[in-house]
Amino acid sequence: MNELPQQLANGLALGALYGLIAIGYTMVYGIVQLINFAHGEIFMIGGFGALTIYIWLPSGVSLLVAIPLMIIGGAIASVAVATAAERFAYRPLRGAPRLAPLITAIGLSIALQQIVWGFYPDAKKHKSFPEFSGDAFKITDDLLIQRADAFVLVLAPLCMLALGFFVSKSRSGRAMQATAQDPDTAKLMGVNTDRIIVMAFAIGAAFAAVAAVAYGLDKGQINFEMGFILGLKAFTAAVLGGIGNIYGAMVGGVVLGLAESLSIAYIEEIPGMHQLGGGAWSNVWAFVLLIVVLLVRPQGLLGERVADRA
Amino acid sequence: MTALLEVEDLRVAYGKIEAVKGISFSVEAGQVVTLIGTNGAGKTTTLRTLSGLLKPSAGRIVFDGKPLGSVPAHKIVALGLAHSPEGRHIFPRLTIAENLQLGAFLRSDKAGIERDIQRAYELFPILGERSKQAAGTLSGGEQQMLAMGRALMSQPKLLMLDEPSMGLSPIMMQKIMSTITELKAQGTTILLVEQNAQAALSLADQGHVMEVGHIVLSGTGRDLLVDESVRKAYLGED
Repeated sequence: MNELPQQLANGLALGALYGLIAIGYTMVYGIVQLINFAHGEIFMIGGFGALTIYIWLPSGVSLLVAIPLMIIGGAIASVAVATAAERFAYRPLRGAPRLAPLITAIGLSIALQQIVWGFYPDAKKHKSFPEFSGDAFKITDDLLIQRADAFVLVLAPLCMLALGFFVSKSRSGRAMQATAQDPDTAKLMGVNTDRIIVMAFAIGAAFAAVAAVAYGLDKGQINFEMGFILGLKAFTAAVLGGIGNIYGAMVGGVVLGLAESLSIAYIEEIPGMHQLGGGAWSNVWAFVLLIVVLLVRPQGLLGERVADRA
Repeated sequence: MTALLEVEDLRVAYGKIEAVKGISFSVEAGQVVTLIGTNGAGKTTTLRTLSGLLKPSAGRIVFDGKPLGSVPAHKIVALGLAHSPEGRHIFPRLTIAENLQLGAFLRSDKAGIERDIQRAYELFPILGERSKQAAGTLSGGEQQMLAMGRALMSQPKLLMLDEPSMGLSPIMMQKIMSTITELKAQGTTILLVEQNAQAALSLADQGHVMEVGHIVLSGTGRDLLVDESVRKAYLGED
């Protein structure tokens, strides 16, 4: 049996998930040059928002009905928290030294985790999340696509297309590009840059909520800590692709996802460390890849395709 | 007749350092008024305050009958005050056409916007030839044309130009100055900040000489051009 197609598909699905979260890092960075380290928690809160909706729904409701409602509920929760964070934590620090908002972001990240841990019913344990029933899609003998993977593989490109269209064609999108390139001059054109910044946080949060639903459907559970490592990976993806570039975020996510899945499959043993083969090393390879890219191409893979930056 | 722009005892400070120390001047509709002076005299600070990017620490700005002191920058262009900033500040990664459209950001008359874009292309043919090109690829002089064209897209009652000839070749400088003369002939009201005092004063109705935050001398463009102290300090004669 040829393993490669399956590993590529797994890597793509994982990468699409990273890419969806990475959009939030890259959009906010592109406009206010802030690394919003609380974005992993925005993702996590999207998951809890979606779960809350699922719990409210009558039992036995079809996932086809439940999932769109869960995405909406998750997005409402994540967008509300992200825009509140912008308004009350980051906006007062605009113009402060760069370290101040960075530390605020880290503090906010811890606070949001603890708030969910402390106040969401039973959040101290893993919360079970609905899963797709039914078989995986069999493409060939060598390639099975799980339903949860198919979900993210369809949704991520759709989200990217919509975002690309919005940024390049709509009036607000153009104002967003102008704000990213030169905020003071954007104001001179009549652009309310505060509103554009809120919009960037909101779009990133909504994409994170979609990712959180995809993640929950795949794993069958969510927990209050899940934003940490996924946020870190997605941030890596954003830097890998060229932070500030929306397409770079998706490309970085996919490269990272593929690297992880292929390294798990094909790098089985590190000489002298055979007790740690395979999956245990996936995070290591992900960050090794980041270091290599930063050494060879510090601006990221798409860091120079500047026409698309937003 | 009251003036279009009325500035009274304006003061602007960066922290504890006062850059503009109480200046008063006015601009009548249809006039070209110029502020000249050396670097650090407070000319750019004055324009940035008029367009709301900086907040005055004291004084009054009345534009078209409305006080501007606390109006946020993004609402000022809607009142009819457009600002082509020092250093041009075009949006480098947007195309020339997109830059011009952003100049009309608050307008909703599509046909009118299209007509004004064509007018900008007539005024500056090079922009029309390269309309789909990223603005960052233009030369300095072309970027200046784009910045002026973009500012005109808001159909301003008052056009503020900050150092339009800065860093340009003599030929390009002449081209920009003759465009300003053309705009003046069309009746555009202009507040011009310029280091090229000779060129600015020759086309201005009214001029003000700024030194370290004060207006030290005012007069018609022609009077200032022949003024002994102006000739010595700004026109390189002794």
